[in-house]
Amino acid sequence: MKKVFLLAWIFCSWPCSIHALEIRGELSFEARLFAESPSYAGQKHNNGSLAIDAEFYQQFSENVRLVVEPFYRIDSADSNRSHADLRTGHFLYMPQSWELTVGVDKVFWGVTEFVHLVDIINQTDLLEGLDGEDKLGQPMVRLLLERDWGMVDTFILPWFRSRSFPGEGGRLRGPVVIDDDNAQFESSMEEYHPDAAIRYSNYLGLWDFGIYQFVGTSREPLFAVSSETMTVIPYYEQIAQTGLDVQLTEGGWLLKLEALSRYSDIDRGLGAAAGFEYTFANFGGTAADLGVIGEYVFDDRNVAEYSLYNDDVMVGFRVSVNDHRTTEFLLGIMQDMENGSTALSLELSSRINDSATFEVTGAFLDKIDQDDPAGVHRQDSFLRLLLTCYF
Amino acid sequence: MRTTLVALLFLLVIPGDVFAETAGGRGHTIAVEAKKRNSNFGDYQVQMTMILRSRAGAESQRMIRNRVLEIIGDGDKSLTIFDSPTDVRGTALLSYSHRQGDDDQWLYLPALKRVKRISSADKSGSFMGSEFSYEDLGSREVEKYAYRFLQEEACGEQRCFVLELIPKESSKSGYSRIISWLDTVHLRTMKEEYHDTRGRLMKTLTMGIYQEYLGFHWRPMQMLMVNHQNGKETELLFYTYLFHTGLTDRDFNKSKLQRLR
Repeated sequence: MKKVFLLAWIFCSWPCSIHALEIRGELSFEARLFAESPSYAGQKHNNGSLAIDAEFYQQFSENVRLVVEPFYRIDSADSNRSHADLRTGHFLYMPQSWELTVGVDKVFWGVTEFVHLVDIINQTDLLEGLDGEDKLGQPMVRLLLERDWGMVDTFILPWFRSRSFPGEGGRLRGPVVIDDDNAQFESSMEEYHPDAAIRYSNYLGLWDFGIYQFVGTSREPLFAVSSETMTVIPYYEQIAQTGLDVQLTEGGWLLKLEALSRYSDIDRGLGAAAGFEYTFANFGGTAADLGVIGEYVFDDRNVAEYSLYNDDVMVGFRVSVNDHRTTEFLLGIMQDMENGSTALSLELSSRINDSATFEVTGAFLDKIDQDDPAGVHRQDSFLRLLLTCYF
Repeated sequence: MRTTLVALLFLLVIPGDVFAETAGGRGHTIAVEAKKRNSNFGDYQVQMTMILRSRAGAESQRMIRNRVLEIIGDGDKSLTIFDSPTDVRGTALLSYSHRQGDDDQWLYLPALKRVKRISSADKSGSFMGSEFSYEDLGSREVEKYAYRFLQEEACGEQRCFVLELIPKESSKSGYSRIISWLDTVHLRTMKEEYHDTRGRLMKTLTMGIYQEYLGFHWRPMQMLMVNHQNGKETELLFYTYLFHTGLTDRDFNKSKLQRLR
């Protein structure tokens, strides 16, 4: 807290500031209630947690700004899940047709809803959830050029963020606690290996597409047993990955494709996700919208062995009630084509008042096959209650 | 000479249709003229409050900013930025409207920092849970409706032209027809009635006080949409319009979505 005030004081007393410092953010309370007893020694049954995500925004001139967004979570059951991160912390210079970012930022690439296969710049914050949508802040120097013929986005990523895994007290982990403090790297420069990426993207009529080349440290680890500590440690390869994302928006249909090709010294793998989304407005004579999503993912990279998605079909139904509370229901069904594992998720979100929302999520994981990478979560079906206050 | 002959031939063969054509022609002419008077603004920015009222009278508010750039020869480009409720703060909708075919639309989701292309084909859906649909708020292109002049009548203290609009592509509209009242002096929309696809009266829009900008542009400062079928209503209150703010094409590039403030 002291640090936050210090930070605020530094911004407010900045001599050249012409605009006031803006502070906004959210405070969230979470409870996860698990239906069954934990499978592994040391795991606590349920957990409660509190998270704060604040954004400090300072504009120095029309083209120069500073954005700093620290994040902190404290968790009752898992000391690893109590974690801090700098989600954003960069200077941005943005004259009309280009942008330069120096510092920590988040970048999303991709089009599909269930899996985010081609998204690679930021490491996944696995402690926040299994859906892969929470990301750790990535240090970068980024140059974005906007031309009539498309956008070219170039990245130098000087420091790699390792993935963190649930600790002893946490649910949603395997039998062995991953020793992420002793991660090993193919590169002798370890996490200081400078990674790089370049992406071209454009939009032509009904088509939106992007293609990129990434060279550097794999965001997904392999796992090995360390000969020194005899613990399971993550191992990060050096890779070259080419990725493509395309969306065709035709009438009411969204047709999506993500594809990638990945090389490392020991593996050559391909992955693809394809799917559709269709929305029925004023569904059933009400003001509600019903969105139907269908996706398939195939992934044969070596890292997919540990992934929840390697040969899976996903179906989703999203109902937006269109009431003044912006109430939404989401049903997701995921089925593994190899072993028939099925997982189900149900989500309800709504607004309480102008500055608070709530969310109830249920994840049903008991129909997952023992041999599936997610088989370790079979006892981990849970109900998650989330209350978020915005300031 | 040849055209006269063709016209005469038409008169002889299908006289009823020719009268319909005349009413259609006049309706279309008025619509084109009204659209013309709404153009040549260059660009503008405006802030608004949207008030949603339930049947029981419970209110909730949204703060929205709009930035619009006029595109010569095509539909406008617009950016809609949500400031409140706080959970949707930073969400933005980028729209390139077109005279022909579907609009191009992208939605920016700040939590994921994701820009998502969305379908704009079916415009009948509710905008932010309000009684306005995307169709009601988007730029109305003359090419997408068939017009018919119905009559001239008194509307409040003024005289109004009454037009009937029928969407050319019925699958992309929530209405079977729209009845529109435009004042005879400035061709400003004073009132509209929307009939659902089954032909029943669904909603009525009334415009509040108009303000003149740049010496020739009239903009409503208030709009009220009443839904007769569900008893709800939505009011839009506009703050000062700012014209010629220097917006360019680049401000409407989809890469700008995540830098909006």
